[in-house]
Amino acid sequence: MVAISVDPPEINKRQSQKLGFGYALLSDVKAGVIRRYDLLHPGGGPKGANIARPAEFLIDSTGTVRWMNLTENIGVRARPEEVLNAFDKTNHASRD
Amino acid sequence: MKRSWNWSIWVGFLFVLAGFLSYTFFVQFPVTRDFPWANFLLLGIGGILLAIGVERAFAKAEAYRGKIFGPILALLGLFVIAFFSYIVFYELKQLPPSTGAPRIGQKAPEFTLPDQNGKPIALADLISSHGAVLIFYRGFW
Repeated sequence: MVAISVDPPEINKRQSQKLGFGYALLSDVKAGVIRRYDLLHPGGGPKGANIARPAEFLIDSTGTVRWMNLTENIGVRARPEEVLNAFDKTNHASRD
Repeated sequence: MKRSWNWSIWVGFLFVLAGFLSYTFFVQFPVTRDFPWANFLLLGIGGILLAIGVERAFAKAEAYRGKIFGPILALLGLFVIAFFSYIVFYELKQLPPSTGAPRIGQKAPEFTLPDQNGKPIALADLISSHGAVLIFYRGFW
């Protein structure tokens, strides 16, 4: 599992230490990847900064999207159970 | 008859402020985040207390103070409630359509990005064994 935002590595390092995350925080400072995934929220951040809109993708080992979730409301995020359920289903499917 | 302090107005206004300012607190818990009912509860109680206070200031003016502060704080409170509702029901929903985002069955665009230690991580490596979950978030922590 990886999390991607426009935050630079220094901020990610501080946050990951503070919050004790096990997964990688990737920096997309210029929002190039965010744009390629069409997730750009222009001016959506503090002081009009360009940021990503919240979204989650489950990608299988062939690089294909198996599940994705675009939040309709900034306040709502995919629940961890939803992500884990999607992950489980894909693993079982690929074992058959 | 000595006129009492119109506590309902002040406590009501405090509830409204609390309802508004506690958004960043309640937002940490999914149960109060998806729909900020805790905030609306505080705002609602505040609004009711303000209304009671203003009613007392005018209908029971011989017993309660607050003919000036009452309407002022009630109006301020109303503005805060309206502003909060606007943010929750309108502003937070203003997201780009993202129609170009990769759909189920499509290939996820390849990328390489630095992790928190500056080490470049490629999508191809992330997915190689069991696949991966990408979580895009707003950032600005």
